[in-house]
Amino acid sequence: MLLEAKNIVFGYERGRNILENMSLSIESGERLALVGPSGCGKSTLAQILAGNYVPGSGQVLLDGKALPRRGFCPVQLIYQHPEKALNPRWKLGKSLFEAWAPDDGFLNALGIEKVWLSRYPAELSGGEMQRFCIARALAPETRFLIADEITTMLDVVTQAQIWNMLLRIAAERNLGILAVTHNGELAKKISARTVTFPEKT
Amino acid sequence: MNILEVKNLSLAFRMYDGAFSRRDLSVLTNLSITVRGGEILAVAGSSGSGKSLLAHAILGILPKNAVTGGELFWCGERLTPKLQQKLRGKDLAFVPQSVTYLDPLIRVGRQVTKDDKRLADLFFRYHLKKEVARQFPHELSGGMTRRILISAALAGNPKLVIADEPTPGLSPHLAEHAMKHFREIADSGAAVLLITHDIDLAIRFADRVAVFYAGTTVETANASDFADENLLRHPYSRVLYRAMPQNGFAPAVGSQPYAGALPRGCLFAPRCEKCTAECTKAPPAPRVVRGGEVCCRHAA
Repeated sequence: MLLEAKNIVFGYERGRNILENMSLSIESGERLALVGPSGCGKSTLAQILAGNYVPGSGQVLLDGKALPRRGFCPVQLIYQHPEKALNPRWKLGKSLFEAWAPDDGFLNALGIEKVWLSRYPAELSGGEMQRFCIARALAPETRFLIADEITTMLDVVTQAQIWNMLLRIAAERNLGILAVTHNGELAKKISARTVTFPEKT
Repeated sequence: MNILEVKNLSLAFRMYDGAFSRRDLSVLTNLSITVRGGEILAVAGSSGSGKSLLAHAILGILPKNAVTGGELFWCGERLTPKLQQKLRGKDLAFVPQSVTYLDPLIRVGRQVTKDDKRLADLFFRYHLKKEVARQFPHELSGGMTRRILISAALAGNPKLVIADEPTPGLSPHLAEHAMKHFREIADSGAAVLLITHDIDLAIRFADRVAVFYAGTTVETANASDFADENLLRHPYSRVLYRAMPQNGFAPAVGSQPYAGALPRGCLFAPRCEKCTAECTKAPPAPRVVRGGEVCCRHAA
């Protein structure tokens, strides 16, 4: 499969576009790192690729077709701040099973303890919450993962645990991964190709 | 001179299970650090090891149900709640971790400083456009918000800057820029307590690194000790070292014990390859080994 962003234009304010004619493509099984200065629109592009924002012009195409408007989206976004991605008033089990019902083996592989399912997000650490966000994004229908600085707020041990696990699952299922990161060393480890955001003029 | 000294700090949250049962959930135990004038002390370690709580304890902004033990000293003087209140925002500056600490209803320029000249200096230094001062927090990107938080903390002339994860979301260039500013502040005689996950940055800019695990300091090493795994003293410091992307990216098994379910002896014992019977019985006392301080019976 092929995920393409074609000539994306996007602005939060009239007359000030943050993305101008941005294009990129990523294939199944490919791992791509997206780097660029702060405030250049990396997270905005991530939101557009996942179908959360509608670009002013340009298209996001999955195998030449637009992303589905309803139902499960095969392009899943994992956010930088897991605490912002989980409903604080839902127990984590509910947030997870809303997407799909992973079996115990899968939860084990991600290092999710069964007792966490009946806890609220505020009772877990950032790394533990992020595991849920990743588990939720890894439903069987998922084909592409957009990882927007998913381990920036975690310690290096947890970072290594999460990425090793994610890379293994992506390889098994032939998923495409687009990873936004500021860490050059991490980018080298997790991706085969790097796209650098153009500097604004 | 020691600007700040933390001796055997402990911290617990008082919780109520129903009306009649009360328990204390211990989150920091036997935590000791010293920050001297002219240095950057980095605090590194696992997520949820109590790094931010240490910052909040020093500032005196813990929630009401927090019970603390141990002693804090400011320039040799006992750091009382009254003194904390006097110092906060002046001699004692804070860069908070969460980007939600800004007031959403006040334009960011006013939140940095009321001194226009100082504001212009800071904005110039952090590559923020003049118009940004007129914007509200929700209009800024993550990295811009981060720079506003740093500017606000450094607007006065603090003696101690506590920076709680000041760099996530900043590009390497901007992160380096901020770190150079912290370095300048330290070189001018003030002290910087830098709480960070980014060990690379810590090694490059800090003088010493305190490694935290499950609410305690396991080791205080010289930043240069992180150049080689064998220079580190505590097994957990070595686990951190090996997990860095450039040093093997090795995911250590297991996870940090929970507050409320802490082991009786050394807190790292359940995951430690060097663990012996006595490690599981009592926590190790701090020792000086090769010019650094370490809490491990087996360090040599």
